[in-house]
Order: sequence, then C-alpha cells, then structure tokens
Amino acid sequence: MNWKGMIVPAIVAVIAVVLPFVVQAPYVQHIMIMVFIWATLGTAWNLLGGYAGQVSFGHAAFFGLGAYSAGLLIFHLKISPWWGLVLGPFISMLVAIPIGIICFRLRGPYFALATLALGEIFRLVFTNWVSLTNGAQGILILSSFPTKLPYYFIAFFIWGMSLLIVDRMVKSKLGYYFVSIREDQDAAESLGIPTTRYKMFALLPSAFIAGLVGAFYMNYIAFIDPHVVFSLSDISVMVILVVMMGGVATLWGPSVGAAIYVALGELFRAWLGAANVLAFGIIVCLVILFLPNGIIGELGTLKRLLSRQKAKAVMAGGN
Amino acid sequence: MSLFLQTIICGILLGAMYALIAIGMTLIMGVMKIINLAHGALVMVGMYITYFCFKEWGIDPYLGMFISMPILFFIGCIIQKYLINRLVEVDSILPENQVLLTVGIMLVLTETMRLIFKSDYRSVATSYSSSTFFLGDISISIPMTIGFLIAMIFTWLLHLFLTRTDLGRSIRATAQDRDAAIYMGVNAPRITVITFGIGSALAAAGGSLLLPLFYLWPDIGHLFTAKAFIITILGGMGSTMGALFGGLTLGIAESLGATYISMGYKDVVGLIIFLLVLLFLPGGFKSLTRR
Repeated sequence: MNWKGMIVPAIVAVIAVVLPFVVQAPYVQHIMIMVFIWATLGTAWNLLGGYAGQVSFGHAAFFGLGAYSAGLLIFHLKISPWWGLVLGPFISMLVAIPIGIICFRLRGPYFALATLALGEIFRLVFTNWVSLTNGAQGILILSSFPTKLPYYFIAFFIWGMSLLIVDRMVKSKLGYYFVSIREDQDAAESLGIPTTRYKMFALLPSAFIAGLVGAFYMNYIAFIDPHVVFSLSDISVMVILVVMMGGVATLWGPSVGAAIYVALGELFRAWLGAANVLAFGIIVCLVILFLPNGIIGELGTLKRLLSRQKAKAVMAGGN
Repeated sequence: MSLFLQTIICGILLGAMYALIAIGMTLIMGVMKIINLAHGALVMVGMYITYFCFKEWGIDPYLGMFISMPILFFIGCIIQKYLINRLVEVDSILPENQVLLTVGIMLVLTETMRLIFKSDYRSVATSYSSSTFFLGDISISIPMTIGFLIAMIFTWLLHLFLTRTDLGRSIRATAQDRDAAIYMGVNAPRITVITFGIGSALAAAGGSLLLPLFYLWPDIGHLFTAKAFIITILGGMGSTMGALFGGLTLGIAESLGATYISMGYKDVVGLIIFLLVLLFLPGGFKSLTRR
C-alpha cells in the first residue's frame, strides 16, 4: 500500500484511539462500541455478500454461534467467556462448511432463502434445546470490566483486524475471483474458476469474523438469548441494511453504514420514542430508492450533484 | 388412529388458509421475480383492519375480510407503483436491493400498526370461536372449517380468473416472459401493479380467515412471511395449484410435527422440508407435473 492509501486509515485510527480519552461519557463509548460491533459484522457480511455476490440472510447463525460459544463455556464449564473469542470463530467456521456445501448449490434468491431458513433453524433449535442452552431464558454473566474502556479497545482491535483481512483478501487475486463470480457465475465457471471453492473462501472468513464479533458481544452485553443473537429481523436483515446503506463491495461502506445505523437508531429513540423504528424504516426505503449502491458507492454521484450545484452557485454569483 | 386422523384433518384445514396467503406471494413472485419480505406484514395489516371492524362496529371477521381486501388491494398497488416499480429502473451492484426495499416496507407497516394498536396481544372472540362438531370420534373446529371452505372458494375463483379472463391471461403471460408479453402489447408495469394488489388482497383474506384462530400482534407478520415462503417454494414460484398443494403439505407437516415431536419444533419441520425441496426439487411440485 502506498503512503496515499494510508492517510485515511491512519486518521481514522488516531481519532478512534484518542476519542475515548477526550469524551469520557460511558454512553458515547457504548455507542462507539456498538458501531464497531456492527461495522465488523457488516465487513464480514460484505466479503460474502458484497464482493462474492452471495447474499446471505442467515448471518445471525454465525453471530449467534459465536455468542453462544462464549456463553456456554461459562454456563456449563465455568470457564471465562473470553475463551469464546478463540473458540467461537472456529465453531462458526466449522458450521459454515456444511452450510456452504448445502447453500452454494443454489443461486440468487434461492440462495438467500436457503440461508434464511438455516438461520431460522438455528434460532428454533437454540430456543428449544433447553438442557444445552437454557432455552428462551438466555444466559446471563457478570461483566469482566467495570469501565467501558477495555471493551472499546478490544472492539476497535477486532474491527481493525477484520478490515485488514478483508482488504488483503479482496486486493489479492481472490478478490477478482469473487467479483467475477458475482458478475457472471457461468462465465467464471467457463473460464475454469471452481466457483464453489471460491465462494467457500469468501464464506469461511466471513463466518469466522461474525463468530468473533458474536463472542465479543456476549462478553460486552453480558446477556444473550436466542431471540436476540439469532434474530432474523434484528441481526441477519439489519446487517444487510447496514452494508447497503454504507456501500456494497466497498471496504469502508459497512463501517460508514454501521455508524449511520447506530447513530440514527439512538437519535430516533431519543427524539421520536415509539416511532423510532418507523422512521428508520422510512430512511431505509429512501436510501435504497435514491442511493442504491449506498453512500460510499454513490460518492461519485453525490460529488457530481454537489459540484453541479456549486457550478450553478458560481454562475449565479456572476464569477 | 383417531389422533392421527385428527392431526391430518387439522393440518389440511389450516394448510388451505396458509395456501391462500401463499398464493398471494406466489403471484407476486411469479410476475416480478422478487422476494417480497413484506408479505407477512400485509397479512398482519389485513388482520388488524378486520380486527378493528370487529371491535368498533361488531362486523364478523368473515364479513370484515370484504373490507380489508379492497383496502389491502389499494395499499399493494401503491407500494408496487411508487416504490418497487421505480427500483426496477435503478442500476445497482446487487439485484437483492429490491428485497431490502420490501424489508423497509415491512418495517414501516409493522411499526405503523404498533403505533396505532401497541404491542399487545389481541384476539377476536366470536360466538363460534371455540365451537366444534364431531365426525365419529374426531372433533373438528368450526372456524377452521369455515376458513377452509372460504379459502378453497377463493382459490377456485382465482384459478378461474387467471385462466378465463384477459387480465388473468396477461398476468400469466407477464409471469412467463415479461419481454415477450410487452411485445404482444401487454402493459407490463400496469400488470405488475394489479398483480401486487391482488396478491395483497389475498394476503388480507388469508389473514382474516386466520384471525379467529391466532393471537394478533404487530410482529406476527414474520411468521406468515416464513410460511408463505416455504409454501411458495414447495409449490413452485408462480403456480396457484402448486401453492395450494404446498399449503396443504405444510399444514399437515406442521400438525404432525406438533403432535408427534413437540410444539416447539413444529416450525423446524417446515423449514427442513423447505430446505430439502430447495435442494432436491428446486422447481417445487410444479416441476413434477410437467415431466
């Protein structure tokens, strides 16, 4: 990477490291941690959905498996849930293998539906398998740290690592294979690309990162139940919205989308009370109608609009 | 043995009502080739309208459906005309954009209902809600039987509409090949609007029939979206008769699962059938008859 490409990441990193020392309100730090969680999850989804074009409606399965790996360690074995950060990603990845084998036989909307069904199966099984998972009551643990600061830096680190992994992957030869599969699977296959294998190469890291965030989520929130961590509408669908809002198949898109998603959610909750999700739904519709490739993806369009207006203003000003 | 028969009958009765909801979805999916995640929310809105008519004016749910259907037809047309049809012309990286738009619509519908009616569980208590009649030693619920009969009549009427009228034929033509239909003089954008309207109206009808049997709350839409999907895939996209068959299959599978496995796992049974069909019979039941 040349030095120009390093400027933006460096600025973002410096701001992120300094921020918690400048703004010490726990509420702000909590918001930032939630942004990191969603940004990481979005980045993971984007690798499979954005770059390789395999739109998964079941990412809650990987997130939930990570969360439950951490939760069950302490629930059954009394082992620190932080070991979930090690175990969770591998469990998610292991489960992703059969899911990939099953779902990659299908294409487009059928693939989306199959992942949706698998995600729901996980939710139902974890709700009903009470002896293993404590059922719908969920698992409650004690927080490890009294302040938010350690969580903040762990979340920041996980986010940074996931960005790095995805960036390295899509800028290598793999990335071109992914895009070729997204754009035209038949053409890719006819050129001799083993598409199923490369889709798997996108799915496994994606599941790994999602499991990692899930395990972190368990440690941070200290409570999980199947309806939250395996939720179709609150996790699987929301992560897609986050990526779509920010920009599909762009490195920074999911993170921008996550920041907007969390910020909007908090603002609407404060201003509108019960109507907050309604307002969010309207925003979603507007974004998809008018910025179909997300904010980062439509930067060119936005710039053009702005410069045209600037040009108009300049002309009107008589310069 | 009578438990088994009872389970099967219950499944068939319920399945026909599920099928009515799924026929709405299969029409929309067949014509527009999109996954409509807002379909269950449309069912839910229909149920609330029927519920409101019952609570405020004492209109029986089976009559209330004739109020909810036109309203939902109108809502469906607006959604298609001003939201989804617009997106067809927009260029984007992933075609799944349309699916997400329907998610947005689902959120808006669900939350609007939540604002009006709160998250409380509601139900209608009619004089016949819990009455049953006996066939030998098998007891059969009366609201389920009425719902079954009305659902079958609607399915039959729709079948006639699709096969005998010009409008119905245009809908089928657009579903088969949109471009060819346009060349033949079919006004495809208008047809998609009407189809979405009809699909929504059928969703409302199914919801009204299920109202005496289910608790009603804003999030119940997710449940119906999932069921409608399973049935649509079982039957094959765009096939009315397939959806009816799929609905009956899901109804029977669910009630067998609930009786012989456990209440909690009955939805898993449906989802597993769904996955198996996706994998081994991707065209659904429709593809079996064409061989």
